[in-house]
Amino acid sequence: MHDFLNGLVVLLNYVIIPATTYGSQLALGALGVTLVYGILRFSNFAHGDTMAFGTMVTILFTWLFQSWGISLGPLPTALLAMPIGIVVTALFLLGTDRLVYRFYRKQKAAPVILVIVSMGVMFIMNGLVRFIIGTGEQNFDDGTRVIINPFAFKDATGLDQGLALRTTQVITVVTAVVVVAALFWFLNRTRSGKSMRAFSDNEDLALLSGINPERVVTITWILVAILTTVAGVLYGLDKSFKPFTYFQLLLPIFASAVVGGLGNPLGAIGGGFLVAYSEVAVTYAFKLVLKYWLPAGLQPSGLVQLMGTDYKYAVSFAILIIVLLFKPTGLFKGKSV
Amino acid sequence: MKKLLLASAAMSLCASGAMAKEVKIGIVLGFTGPLESTAPPMADAAKMAIAEVNKSGAFFNGDKIVGVKGDSTCIDSTAAVATAERLVTADHISGIMGAMCSGATGSILQNVARPNGVVMISPSATSPALSTAPDDGLFFRTAPSDARQGQVIAKVLLDDGIKTAALTYTNNDYGKGLADSFKKAYEAAGGKVTISVPHEDGKADYSAEVGSLAAAGGDILVDAGYADQGGKGIVQAALDTGAFNKFFFPDGMYGPTLPKAFGKALDKSIGDVPGTDSPGAKDFFDMAKKAGFDGTSSFAAESYDAAALIMLAMQEAKSTDSNVYKTKVMDVANAPGVKIYPGQLGKALKLIKEGKKIDYVGASAVELVGPGEAEGNYRIYGFKNGKRYTIKYM
Repeated sequence: MHDFLNGLVVLLNYVIIPATTYGSQLALGALGVTLVYGILRFSNFAHGDTMAFGTMVTILFTWLFQSWGISLGPLPTALLAMPIGIVVTALFLLGTDRLVYRFYRKQKAAPVILVIVSMGVMFIMNGLVRFIIGTGEQNFDDGTRVIINPFAFKDATGLDQGLALRTTQVITVVTAVVVVAALFWFLNRTRSGKSMRAFSDNEDLALLSGINPERVVTITWILVAILTTVAGVLYGLDKSFKPFTYFQLLLPIFASAVVGGLGNPLGAIGGGFLVAYSEVAVTYAFKLVLKYWLPAGLQPSGLVQLMGTDYKYAVSFAILIIVLLFKPTGLFKGKSV
Repeated sequence: MKKLLLASAAMSLCASGAMAKEVKIGIVLGFTGPLESTAPPMADAAKMAIAEVNKSGAFFNGDKIVGVKGDSTCIDSTAAVATAERLVTADHISGIMGAMCSGATGSILQNVARPNGVVMISPSATSPALSTAPDDGLFFRTAPSDARQGQVIAKVLLDDGIKTAALTYTNNDYGKGLADSFKKAYEAAGGKVTISVPHEDGKADYSAEVGSLAAAGGDILVDAGYADQGGKGIVQAALDTGAFNKFFFPDGMYGPTLPKAFGKALDKSIGDVPGTDSPGAKDFFDMAKKAGFDGTSSFAAESYDAAALIMLAMQEAKSTDSNVYKTKVMDVANAPGVKIYPGQLGKALKLIKEGKKIDYVGASAVELVGPGEAEGNYRIYGFKNGKRYTIKYM
């Protein structure tokens, strides 16, 4: 029993908890990508940098609150600043839409043109974020960092292995669940949500039924602002904020959205967790777990690692290719790419 | 229209003719990319050396030197080559202070410096592969090869009685070269590397790498990554999960990031950084402080020295032609001669003009050996209350 628990703790500590947190972060990011794809009909390459922008605004206001002495006790102050970050990001996105995207929408530009346009927006946002907050790294998590300390856990339970659980991991998963639930409620139960889905399913029919397209677009960008800022802030709290890393996040986020099925919100969530678990679990060395779980004679001497960790991206992309080969619309029936 | 073009072309020719007494040196560093936060102090250091020479008025006949910045990124060799090509063909630079990362340095050397015959002195490329790369005598570095650093790390660990180590490295020329040289030296001396895991920079999550490292175990985790990148991500994940609490940080992990982020959690860890207790280092730190940048930042001292060596070698050769002054770099860097420390570049230029020999010591105790690379002095540091302190020099 003791050995079984030890093995379980190892698995929880190194695979399940980190992968679940990372999966939630990817899922939130992928939801934003999928919304833009479903409703505005293009792949938004500026997504990672929108996350960076929202997080930057949140960080700036976190600093302001800290200088005023406001805090949330054990929770990070950034949660308090997040709504402001969302509002500013929403205004920024709507401004971008006015200045850039609307022009191309009016022209009924092909999706591929919008993709390239979004890359241009990406570079501008990229530069803007760096101008304002700099290229360096910012840590803005000021709450209680750990809920379960691995060393304290060992002392308390008498197990050989420690279990670590951080405040940010719990916040990440809880917030992700809340945001996703709220989004689904909005899309399925409210008039605006329904009109968005109608617009996504068939634009012409939606127009004929009197749905105002500009209103749908505005709501979409506001939702994207919420999703990106929340995803960015949660990621930044859990790890740290750095413009370059946020730019790089684009790749796993797109992989998640595509695996799940672009345009399908459920798929974005499924895809996020699939990519996170495959990155962590397939390349994990199971030696330590098996040492506890197998009887004495059978214990492995090697690392019991399916693949080196250098292949973890190869794993996600192999999954991506396999899924697209057999289900071109993704696991959860999105739109075909 | 054609006439206008011709006229403006003629004008620009005249203009550049009037400023012929301007010598340009490229400052080619990774201003964007994984090391973008380390590059600015390095550029500031190089510019400080240039400003010092300009102020002295002793370079040739009071000619001015202009530093032209270029972005070598760190990971994008194509961008690095394009930048260097532009500086050489459009800006007509007479030497390159750079590049920053080993990969970018190697490709600039082969694709731009050698074909165009331009001297390159890198302050920070430490890959062992650059020691043997063909260079037509054009390539030097004020940073030591990692082959030497690997031996230093192995010795420090074994002296501390640490017999098993898990190893992770950033998956590029620098990380791989350093990891290989460390592993070879450590295992030859009786240590055991339990696992060697490469990690990619700038990724979102490092749980997978730390999971494998933890499964293999070891008394210490040698983290040959970058402080602003995956290297830090690994430390964070390892501390968070309780996998390791003792680390060894090679030079790429030096910088303000780690102590700022982890504080006291690093108190059991040790690290190394190129450094020396020679008086030059202190002079340089003071000068840097006055100039308004952090002189203790990684490779800032080496950058000052690299820029200084280019200018001194030109003076010694009485030429800004790379193929002429390349033979003089070793002469000004090594004994015999009057020892030159930071802040004495003007004096050095005058001595050379008078026909005297100089031995440039500079900020990083420069001594070029073998194929023109620094011999390598390292400062070994530990952490106390989340702050670095020097243990010894070796």
